[in-house]
Amino acid sequence: MPQGDYIDLHRKRHGYRHDHFERKRKKEAREVHKRSAFAQKALGIKGKIFAKKRYAEKALMKKTLAVHEESSTRRKVDDNVEEGAIPAYLLDRETTTRAKALSNTIKQKRKEKAGKWEVPLPKVRPVAEDEMFRVIRSGKRKTKQWKRMVTKVTFVGQGFTRKPPKYERFIRPSGLRFNKAHVTHPELKCTFNLEIIGIKKNPNGPMYTSLGVVTKGTIIEVNVSELGLVTPAGKVVWGKYAQVTNNPENDGCINAVLLV
Amino acid sequence: MEVEGQKAMSNVLCLLTDPEGNPLGSALYLPQNTGPVQLLEVVNKLLSNEEKLPYSFYISDQELLVQLGTYLEKNKVSVEKVLQIVYQPQAIFRIRPVNRCSATIAGHTEAVLSVAFSPDGQQLASGSGDTTVRLWDLSTQTPLYTCTGHNNWVLAIAWSPDGKHLVSGSKTGEIMTWDPQTGKPSGNPFKGHKKWITGVSWEPVHLRSPCRRFVSSSKDGDARIWDVSLRKCVICLSGHTLAVTCVKWGGDGMIYTGSQDCTIKVWETTQGKLVRELKGHGHWVNSLALSTEYVLRTGAFDHARKCYSTPEEMKMAALERYNKMKGNAPERLVSGSDDFTMFLWEPAISKHPKARLTGHQQLVNHVYFSPDGHWIASASFDKSVKLWNGTTGVFVAAFRGHVGPVYQISWSADSRLLLSGSKDSTLKVWDIRTRKLKQDLPGHADEVFAVDWSPDGEKVASGGKDRVLKLWMN
Repeated sequence: MPQGDYIDLHRKRHGYRHDHFERKRKKEAREVHKRSAFAQKALGIKGKIFAKKRYAEKALMKKTLAVHEESSTRRKVDDNVEEGAIPAYLLDRETTTRAKALSNTIKQKRKEKAGKWEVPLPKVRPVAEDEMFRVIRSGKRKTKQWKRMVTKVTFVGQGFTRKPPKYERFIRPSGLRFNKAHVTHPELKCTFNLEIIGIKKNPNGPMYTSLGVVTKGTIIEVNVSELGLVTPAGKVVWGKYAQVTNNPENDGCINAVLLV
Repeated sequence: MEVEGQKAMSNVLCLLTDPEGNPLGSALYLPQNTGPVQLLEVVNKLLSNEEKLPYSFYISDQELLVQLGTYLEKNKVSVEKVLQIVYQPQAIFRIRPVNRCSATIAGHTEAVLSVAFSPDGQQLASGSGDTTVRLWDLSTQTPLYTCTGHNNWVLAIAWSPDGKHLVSGSKTGEIMTWDPQTGKPSGNPFKGHKKWITGVSWEPVHLRSPCRRFVSSSKDGDARIWDVSLRKCVICLSGHTLAVTCVKWGGDGMIYTGSQDCTIKVWETTQGKLVRELKGHGHWVNSLALSTEYVLRTGAFDHARKCYSTPEEMKMAALERYNKMKGNAPERLVSGSDDFTMFLWEPAISKHPKARLTGHQQLVNHVYFSPDGHWIASASFDKSVKLWNGTTGVFVAAFRGHVGPVYQISWSADSRLLLSGSKDSTLKVWDIRTRKLKQDLPGHADEVFAVDWSPDGEKVASGGKDRVLKLWMN
């Protein structure tokens, strides 16, 4: 028989000790102080682990408290008028994320914006040429050094074919070519995977722009036709600029914010 | 002599028929240089119309715009066969397309969910998500009355065909009636529905005048007939197993309900018995339309703006209009569904569909018969509006141009123009004759939820998510 079971058996036969509950109460009351003493004393990794555990406990406690609070207060269902009224024919349809930016505020903001090129990332770290390109040795004895390989993510247009090796000064590796970007709409706070139409400007220089190099801070043009944006005149917008916010060569994807 | 010989050679054997296919007289020889103008005279003569009425002519569903000879040459039609020409009467009045926004009236503090002109076109009401119904003054284009009383979104509004009452249904299932002259509720709210109201339809004025009864459909699966003067629910039409999405009170005293349980039910209105069940759709039925719907909606009022002093007079006028519109063909019903198709029914004759209208690539949200009953227009979430033949259900044309789902459509009273409102925040006016975009009406800042073309044809009202009501004119 396991050790603990003897205690149970004894309790079954003779009941609890006369001061059991008193002791238990006192122990529980002391527990807080003990814990606080430990929390103050614990240093380093121990302290960190303890704090994390305690934080999780407290969060859970708060959650359960909130649940209890809610169940105890009685409310009438559907009594309050909700925001965002929709007509009867849309009531039963599941609401999809609004892929549309057509509120007055946005248009107002666009008008108020004085500088056209006021972008989310105004300054970028300059990228030196030897970081951007890798020298490739060529020739039978590998003595010629006029070839360069781009080490950053690039965008090449549709239907691009490489030049013959003799004339190809810059190699854009196909593994680093991208044609889609994750573009976030700042007002809608939703992200879309959109096709890139072209590179508008690379802040590191016009040569990189023409090569189609995508680094952090690059302005790209994306195809927004599926968002269904409409100009004030009612025409459909299909190309829009976005600025790259991550380092695509490190992350393996292009993240960008739409410029509105 | 020579001239005569040439003439005999270039004659075409033609048979004139009305849209239902009944021939007008026997086949006759017409010279090849006959155009629509000459045909018009022939038809007017044969029908012995006292004053000349306008008609348009169709050969195998294509409008004839050139001379017969040119047509034959172009389409390589054999001269040997009898050429069948269908004549379709046109409205004797013409409605000018709207092309500018005459007023943007703010007032509602939430999205505008429904807009309706009164049958005589003199008043305008709108229901909104801010729980109010508003009546608007059309001459000064300002808010007239704010009707408060609902305690949730006002989803549906409907004018009685005599223009004496306005009914609104809310998201809590309450229905209220309003007096449009004072903007005051004409009694306590009607309670009975347990969920939101999806549609309201009045009893046609030619069946009973003054208007007393109307039918409402609700998400809870019931339709209820209410009486405005008794102020209670007369009959509860229950039988649908899922939400009723649309209800229409037909001209021969039947009620049609379309439901999410994929069926359309036909009810009789004295005792509320189920008469027929129309099955065929594979998904929710979203919208119903009757071939006589426009006449039923406007009642006795036509484009001439006649005033009627007594209800009996109104009833007689409405009956006359209804019979003229219906002709001797039975009432047709078209239903649009979530299964991307529509069915054309003749509920008075059979429980089987007359035609299935396929072609949309997304759900059909709204269907509407043209006021003369010759066309069916359908609005779909596939961003297109499609036009179908109203008698046979044959596909005629697709109107593309919207970049978002099309929510609602509305016809002009002369059936020559079609208006559509879309999620892409624009309204578009389409020309039925040329089958092209006539006018693009941008201006709303957000989705357009409701559009209505006034029965007198002068104004268009639209409301949407941007909380303003816009009035458009020419």
